[in-house]
Amino acid sequence: MDLALLWFIAIAVLWTGYFVLEGFDFGVGMLLPVLGKDNTDRRVMINSIGPVWDGNEVWLITAIGAMFAAFPAWYASALSGFYLPILLIVLALIVRGVAFEYRGKGDTDRWRARWDQAIFWGSALPAALWGVVFANFVRGVAMDADHVVTAGVMDLLNPYALLGGLTTLSLFTLHGAVFLGLKTDGEVRTRARRAVPRIALVAVPATVLFLAWTQAAYGATWTLVPAVVAGVALAAGSLLAVRGREGWSFTATAVSIVAATVLLFGSLFPEVLPSTTDPAFSLTIANASSAEYTLTVMTWVAVFFLPLVLGYQAWSYWVFRKRISRSHIEPAPAYGGTAHGSPQAHRIPFPGQGD
Amino acid sequence: MDALDLARWQFGITTVYHFLFVPLTIGLAVIVACLQTAWYRTGRHEYLRATKFFGKLFLINFAIGVVTGIVQEFQFGMNWNDYSRFVGDVFGAPLAMEALLAFFLESTFIGLWIFGWDKLPRRIHLACIWIVAIGTNLSAYFILAANAWMRHPVGYEVNEETGRAQLTDIWAVLSNPQAWSTYLHVTAGSFITAGLFVVAVSAFKLWRNRAHGDTGEPGATPPKGDHELFRKTLRLGMAVTLIAGVLAVFSGDQQAKLAAEYEPMKLAGAEALWNTEDAAHFSMFAVGDTEAGTNIVDLSIPYVLSFLATGEFGGTVEGINNLQAQYEAAYGPGDYTPNIFVLYWSFRLMMGLGMAGVALSALGLWLTRDRRLPASRWFYHAAVLTLPAALAANIFGWVLTEMGRQPWTVHGVLLTADSVSPGVSLTSVAISLTAFTAIYGVLAVVEARLLFRYIKAGPSHVVPELDEDAADDKDAPVPAFVY
Ligand code: HDD
Ligand code: HEM
Ligand code: HEM
Repeated sequence: MDLALLWFIAIAVLWTGYFVLEGFDFGVGMLLPVLGKDNTDRRVMINSIGPVWDGNEVWLITAIGAMFAAFPAWYASALSGFYLPILLIVLALIVRGVAFEYRGKGDTDRWRARWDQAIFWGSALPAALWGVVFANFVRGVAMDADHVVTAGVMDLLNPYALLGGLTTLSLFTLHGAVFLGLKTDGEVRTRARRAVPRIALVAVPATVLFLAWTQAAYGATWTLVPAVVAGVALAAGSLLAVRGREGWSFTATAVSIVAATVLLFGSLFPEVLPSTTDPAFSLTIANASSAEYTLTVMTWVAVFFLPLVLGYQAWSYWVFRKRISRSHIEPAPAYGGTAHGSPQAHRIPFPGQGD
Repeated sequence: MDALDLARWQFGITTVYHFLFVPLTIGLAVIVACLQTAWYRTGRHEYLRATKFFGKLFLINFAIGVVTGIVQEFQFGMNWNDYSRFVGDVFGAPLAMEALLAFFLESTFIGLWIFGWDKLPRRIHLACIWIVAIGTNLSAYFILAANAWMRHPVGYEVNEETGRAQLTDIWAVLSNPQAWSTYLHVTAGSFITAGLFVVAVSAFKLWRNRAHGDTGEPGATPPKGDHELFRKTLRLGMAVTLIAGVLAVFSGDQQAKLAAEYEPMKLAGAEALWNTEDAAHFSMFAVGDTEAGTNIVDLSIPYVLSFLATGEFGGTVEGINNLQAQYEAAYGPGDYTPNIFVLYWSFRLMMGLGMAGVALSALGLWLTRDRRLPASRWFYHAAVLTLPAALAANIFGWVLTEMGRQPWTVHGVLLTADSVSPGVSLTSVAISLTAFTAIYGVLAVVEARLLFRYIKAGPSHVVPELDEDAADDKDAPVPAFVY
């Protein structure tokens, strides 16, 4: 097989992995203020993704790294052409990552409330913006003969892309709610299950409309299959969640995200960034790719290491397979560290706060 | 001010910031792993307390190291478009390998380590932190190989048709002499810094406990084991720093030799050596006239520079004025001289500030022999100050490396001025520069306060001391860190 094509597929796989995995931890982040009624609930929710969110995010870093190595022109045009949305995503990811680690390390309500905000916005912004960015990839942007994107920010906010944003936002929220049903116990689990139909009320129509629009305007014949699969799996996932079939419903929302991503990449093919200025200026798999040698090297590296990565990531999910409930959370939050048989963890004020 | 200047400032600010956390991550991962290994081997509660105490500080630092790294990955595409297009084929490969081989390891196993204390067998849990340590080193190697390629491009050719660099030999890129030498030097700098972090924290705690007779909190007396614990970690930190200091000198010498060979302008600049000399002097202090290309005042030691650069006392070292002429002949008219003032002082500050902590450590190991502790306060104060000095030394090292490479991004191949994104407006870069600076400023304050707070709170907050009668219950489960 043509190596450039293989790498196009590999990059699609990396993005798919990223959306499926980080999709649910974005969802959990967005649901934090909604389903977490008190601090203990919120800690249950955050701890349900605690051990894995960083590993999930590396799928993004690898996807971007692979684009840089395999399609430098795509990497360059896309990231500079979508400058402000990408900037917002990066800023959101910064704040969010720090928030997970730091939230439990202070013990005033104000401290926690601030980091909760950071987690919410840090999850919601990228969840919506990735949809906007990918819809624009598929739709194409104004780009000149040197592959310099000339579209402004307002051009990126067209109806199709906005629908794309709403789709990823609601889809990830649903995926997150289903994940919480699967991974937590007690109140949070019950509330998550009750939230599913309400989220589905937005997610299902938005996604179905977006899938249909994509298929009709940009799809190939074969992409009808993933388009239909994505829609059906989503509807099925919502129903299964309501019925309490948690494992199956999570599988279904995951399949839906996989199929939707396949549809997007399938619709892009054989281009990687179409130009609306003149189709002749489009970046394609052929004209954006690295040379044969680089791709060969990268292929060998991926063949050896990707299975290894999948293996130990799967193992880590297995280690943390148990549901988390309020009883796992130490009553006295102290500063994040659960002290060993902790006497009475006394409050330590911040330096400068009256000590 | 144009978009190029702002993009350069942005790159400088964000990488310098990333590199405030990176050396601590690289070094502390190994130090924490060693402490945990000591606990695993001996079962002594003291080592568990040390592991968890420094482990928590490590995690506070690690979080910012990770998120600031994400920016770096995107930045080449956002601001350095033409650069990315030109070199992606060569430069992207180590970056992608870094993500696949190193970042996945680090991020997955750090999660297992944080949350796995009570879920994994102790041996496997210990392996997790070692794997994190290996991951950070792998990541450092790959990124430094990418960076080294920019200073000494190897294993590539420029495709006439597309005008892009193409990889021809990945081994040449990964075994670039600049890469392994830089890796050793950066690792040495990282262990100096992390060692001094442990020294600074331990000295602070020892001094405070001694001065106040308590932890500083009303009602709390210092747990009696803390004294012994911090005396041990103080010595551990000093030993690490001293060993790393020796490695820094040897690898630094190697760096200078490689610079003489591949980037003579950088070395000449770092020494403010205007004209080619045999048996060149090593400058101790100089005041120069950068316009006229001469030094007005120059205190120097003969032969040393020649030795540093070539390994022979009589070796020839090329001067700035001569090199400028050579470059003009080779690449056409232009200014090929980097900012001499910055290079000269960065070089000295790197060595001076970094080696100060090494010297203090050597002295400290002597002063703390046979269970002694120095009585005077200056020692403790100086020990705390060596940490910011070491962080600064690392930054000056990078400023030397990166500014010394100017005006090139890829030495002899691509100019910085030709690397920037053509389609990105001044406004966009200004917005992102402001946003990053603001957010980084806030994070720095938050992180410093958190670190300080946990240092003050001491190990008992993470793991209290055991009661005398519970001391034999070594197999009691250890609770995990949770969010
Ligand atoms: C010598 C070491 C070194 C240098 C020069 C750099 N980094 Fe770094 N980087 C690390 C050493 C490191 C590390 C020690 O491995 C970190 C710090 C915290 C961590 O988790 O890994 C890291 C984190 C880190 C992450 C986050 C990984 C994660 O999510 O786990 C990314 C994406 C990058 N870096 C990318 C870069 C890029 C593109 C750089 C070039 C400009 C760069 N780093 C310079
Ligand atoms: C983490 C340690 C690093 C620090 C502190 C650092 C610092 C700097 C600084 C201060 C500049 C600005 C120089 C100038 O514009 O005069 C710069 C430029 C640059 N550096 Fe680094 N750097 C680091 C690592 C890297 C690495 C690992 C790479 C590549 C893999 C890299 C690639 C670049 C590039 C592409 C520029 C271009 C901008 C320019 O030349 O101005 N740097 N760096
Ligand atoms: C006397 C000892 C030292 C010598 C002779 C020395 C020499 C050098 C030289 C020549 C470079 C530039 C390499 C290049 O651009 O090709 C360099 C870079 C650097 N130095 Fe040092 N150095 C010494 C001590 C230190 C110390 C103590 C630290 C930190 C605590 C440090 C940290 C760095 C860093 C981070 C860089 C940038 C990365 C690199 O290019 O290696 N150095 N050093």
